[in-house]
Amino acid sequence: LLRGSRTLIPALPRLYHGDSVAAIGSQFDYNSALFQENYERMNALVTQLKERAEKIRLGGGEKARALHTSRGKLLPRERIDRLLDPGSPFLEFSQFAAYELYGNEEVPAGGIITGIGRVSGVECVIVANDATVKGGTYYPITVKKHLRAQEIAQQNSLPCIYLVDSGGANLPRQADVFPDRDHFGRIFFNQARMSSKGISQVAVVMGSCTAGGAYVPAMADESIIVKNQGTIFLGGPPLVKAATGEEVSAEDLGGADLHCRRSGVTDHYAIDDNHALHLARKIVRNLNYVKKVNVSIEQPEEPLFPTDEIYGIVGDNLKRNFDIREVIARVVDGSKFDEFKALYGDTLVTGFARIFGYPVGIIGNNGVLFSESAKKGTHFIQLCCQRNIPLIFLQNITGFMVGREYEAGGIAKDGAKMVTAVACANVPKITVIIGGSYGAGNYGMCGRAYGPRFLYMWPNARISVMGGEQAATVLATITKDQKAREGKQFSLEEETALKEPIIARFEEEGSPYYSSARLWDDGIIDPADTRLVLGLSLSSALNAPTEETHFGVFRM
Amino acid sequence: TPVRFSSVGGRRIEKVLIANRGEIACRVMRTAKKMGVRSVAVYSEADKHSMHVALADEAYHIGPAASQQSYLSMKKIMAIAKKSTAQAIHPGYGFLSENTEFAELCKQEGIIFIGPPSSAIRDMGIKSTSKHIMAAAGVPIIEGYHGDDQSNQKLKEEAKRIGYPVMIKAVRGGGGKGMRIARTEADFLDQLESARREARKSFNDDAMLVEKFVENPRHVEVQVFGDQHGNAVYLFERDCSVQRRHQKIIEEAPGPGIKPEVRRRLGEAAVRAAKAVKYVGAGTVEFIMDADHNFYFMEMNTRLQVEHPVTEMITGTDLVEWQLRIAAGEKLPLSQDEISLDGHSFEARIYAEDPSNDFLPGAGPLLHLSTPEPNDFIRIETGVRQGDEVSVHYDPMIAKLVVWGEDRSAALQKLRYCLRQYNIVGLSTNIDFLLSLSGHPEFEAGKVDTSFIARHHSQLFPPSRKVSKEGLCQAALGLLLQEKAVTKEFKLHSNDPYSPFASSTGSRINILHTRTLVLQDGENKVEVYISYNRDGTYSVKIEGEIFCVSGSLIYKDGSSFLNCSVNGVTSTSKLVILNNTVHLFSMECHEQVTIPVPKFLAGVSSTGSQGGAVAPMTGTIEKVFVKEGDEVKVGDPLMVMIAMKMEHTIRAPKAGVIKKVFFKEGSQASRHAALIELEEKNAVSD
Repeated sequence: LLRGSRTLIPALPRLYHGDSVAAIGSQFDYNSALFQENYERMNALVTQLKERAEKIRLGGGEKARALHTSRGKLLPRERIDRLLDPGSPFLEFSQFAAYELYGNEEVPAGGIITGIGRVSGVECVIVANDATVKGGTYYPITVKKHLRAQEIAQQNSLPCIYLVDSGGANLPRQADVFPDRDHFGRIFFNQARMSSKGISQVAVVMGSCTAGGAYVPAMADESIIVKNQGTIFLGGPPLVKAATGEEVSAEDLGGADLHCRRSGVTDHYAIDDNHALHLARKIVRNLNYVKKVNVSIEQPEEPLFPTDEIYGIVGDNLKRNFDIREVIARVVDGSKFDEFKALYGDTLVTGFARIFGYPVGIIGNNGVLFSESAKKGTHFIQLCCQRNIPLIFLQNITGFMVGREYEAGGIAKDGAKMVTAVACANVPKITVIIGGSYGAGNYGMCGRAYGPRFLYMWPNARISVMGGEQAATVLATITKDQKAREGKQFSLEEETALKEPIIARFEEEGSPYYSSARLWDDGIIDPADTRLVLGLSLSSALNAPTEETHFGVFRM
Repeated sequence: TPVRFSSVGGRRIEKVLIANRGEIACRVMRTAKKMGVRSVAVYSEADKHSMHVALADEAYHIGPAASQQSYLSMKKIMAIAKKSTAQAIHPGYGFLSENTEFAELCKQEGIIFIGPPSSAIRDMGIKSTSKHIMAAAGVPIIEGYHGDDQSNQKLKEEAKRIGYPVMIKAVRGGGGKGMRIARTEADFLDQLESARREARKSFNDDAMLVEKFVENPRHVEVQVFGDQHGNAVYLFERDCSVQRRHQKIIEEAPGPGIKPEVRRRLGEAAVRAAKAVKYVGAGTVEFIMDADHNFYFMEMNTRLQVEHPVTEMITGTDLVEWQLRIAAGEKLPLSQDEISLDGHSFEARIYAEDPSNDFLPGAGPLLHLSTPEPNDFIRIETGVRQGDEVSVHYDPMIAKLVVWGEDRSAALQKLRYCLRQYNIVGLSTNIDFLLSLSGHPEFEAGKVDTSFIARHHSQLFPPSRKVSKEGLCQAALGLLLQEKAVTKEFKLHSNDPYSPFASSTGSRINILHTRTLVLQDGENKVEVYISYNRDGTYSVKIEGEIFCVSGSLIYKDGSSFLNCSVNGVTSTSKLVILNNTVHLFSMECHEQVTIPVPKFLAGVSSTGSQGGAVAPMTGTIEKVFVKEGDEVKVGDPLMVMIAMKMEHTIRAPKAGVIKKVFFKEGSQASRHAALIELEEKNAVSD
């Protein structure tokens, strides 16, 4: 009978069952009040995010744009679009850089657009000045964003293409732009160091490139300049006149003809922006770059559930609990998640999955961290490092558990194990702050200080040393105690008056826009895009060979 | 069935040499194959990769492209016939098919010439002789008076004898000068005087001739066949009235509106004509026919005609098979009573030519070629395949599309349906013209005559229409989907095949990707703004109007079809993207838009030198007007080129200085070859 029935059974039945058990997530009741409310609130945040982003996309004001295009120049985003393989994605970073950062001065996207996209099939970091924003001058945050893009390029071994159109340092802010280690000079330091590691540096001069800026093309491996448009000089015509009295036009002083025919500062002569971008694509084609992906790849599958259901699951109320597995089910391939140590330290969920076919180890919070959870996380990080599996941190953490019992149980030392593991892990780490990011929880879950290759925030997220109310309560308690020592009364009104501004301030400073404006992250993303953003980030990260991990001392 | 020995002194044909090329060579070979007769092809240098060579059992190179030294070289062809031991030569049409000398040569060399005896060719080749023979055999001819008696009285008498209307023509006349039409006896003398006056002024000679005048005549021809045993039959008539440049483009059988009685008289007259010259093989007797269906002998073509398939379609015969059998000495396969007429057939000739430029013949590569599916009722007679070239050396006919239907309107409907599926990219063709011709109400009504195209010119050449916005949406989608297919191809071959970067979703963080595509419709540049929506559809904005566009590409039988929805209206069209041009062939129309070449690729190079003049088609440089260093203005003539028997003047595309002349007088330039390098004056300083 068995032999007879063999042909009737579909191929590999055991594998079939094996696959079906691995899928997680559940169908939600979309009509439930909670799901609906969550969905609407998160949707409102996402809508706001997109509206703000659409405004930032325009760059400088209408007048500045019109002036820019009237000179036959393409807008910076058009330049990027035409540089990239047509129709291919662009993983843009930190759109909200400088958002409400400089008071009345609006500097959309920090005056510089950065991101990763494919050029001639090669993933490259692209850094494009936006000359419609304050003439493309470098504000402190512009420098920071430029350096962060270079850091991403360096960490992930990605060729850099600089689309230069900048007036150089923003003179009124020179003190915050010029002198320090991570200021303007670091750009060229990075170019030299990356070039030394074989990470190609390509510059396209599409506008001015004055003073220090002149070193971007000069330090590049290969450079292109656009005639009647690009200029490179250490001192511009006004400075030359002031210094020597010589009167000279910008084009004669440092235009395409001078630099392609006489000085040799640039290598390729372009007749317009389109030509320059075409040449840049050719340069990348000639890099002889081969992406070596040293992880196993499987055919990707879409998750079983629509990604926007995350809105209805998570909502905007950080106090509400949700099961992180439901989020994972809407991010990973086929909603398949092989959980590790499911029954142990269950406030931390760990397990293996794939995103766009790439293997990942996922660490997600399902509540406050206890000793067990921290030890489980440490174990899991060790596994991933040993197996060369990239780590994804889905951060929603109020912190490690406090209280006498837990202190006595050694939560500090168990937390330290996880922090050590996170700090030392050399596999690509990508963090998404999907809810709260507070205190040492931020450290254990790979906050900015722990060098994740990429860090993104959802629009509902909050980041601070502790929650606003807890901070206010702590401060109120201290004040009360102090007053009590001085024998003074601390009325309820006084307490409220003390607490309110603290809560308000934490609320403001914990906002993802506040964070993104200061480049504490690489961008705010639509939760429904999480899968795509992680996929693009992983694809980028896998350009660099992984260094072996050596862990520090784990206090036992 | 193989060609047998005939009962009387026939010879077996086991191998036939086809002294021709193109579709007719292929056509003959197909029948030869069917009959078990081996075929021998001959080919010129230009044809070494062509279809008739591939189709033949053996093929021999016979010389350079020029027909004089290849397909018209009797000596070479005869030598190949002997070398290949072919018993017979099929001349096809054109080339040596009506050459008395060649028929004679075959006879001397003991090789069967598949055609009539040389005497019949000679008799029919001389117009005056043929008319005498026909008149003697009782075949109606155009009456006329060519006599020396130029008195008014005599001329008027003759006019009366001929019957009005008559044409009064100056003997030395030409170009319409000295030519008058007299519709009645009453106005004969006035017209005669008027013609004489004009003739005296123009030619200093007022001798006149009088001929029957046929107004708006139809061109009707009868297929006849004779055998070596004195039998002859007719296979009914074809109407070939619709012509351009005195060449047929659309033919049909039977002739529309011709009654059985007239048909019989036509056929019998044709058979009389054939018998009068002891005709053997396939021949065609051409008549002109007036509005009252009176017909008059014009000439006899002593070959298998281009349009023979329409006759085959309505009679269920294979005329090439008949030719081979009769040449082998067999009797006619069918008697007159056994030949019946069934249904209606059309043939449309697809030419490489530019109808809007006075049907100027063209040449060039068939970059894309797809045809309707042939079957028993749809025949495609062609000698070219996709990738082949229509050569400047020979006839620019690409194919004959032949259809059969139960009646005329069914056949016509099928013809138009098939023409829409006949899609060619690479050179201009008359397909669109054939469509508007075959769709004209007068044509549908069967009201055809030789001045049809001239009379309906404005309707047959509607002013070129702008590509609709929906059409632009489709073209844009076609480009996007093609881009997608290319990306997919790339990613499948990369070692990172699933990276989301290798997608064509245009994904952006928090914003929608938009891009501008510039499409060119004729001279008109249109900006098309495309937004990539998250659901995979596109919002396309053209001149302020927004369309929701989505669709997919489907690959079938080597062609790609674009399935496109624009604002919910779905359509399918064949998509061909070649040389920066998007072609959309649908059942409604053929639309095309080009993608303008960016400035940096359009001849303006970074070194500051300028493109110059290029050859519009392959041809011979007849004259060179400029030399290096000459200064020219825009439009100054640079060269004269002879191509397709036409002169083309190559003019300076811009003002500048001649930097280099690439061709000498008498040399051959191929299509798109740079002829002259021109340096723009203001660019020199660059």
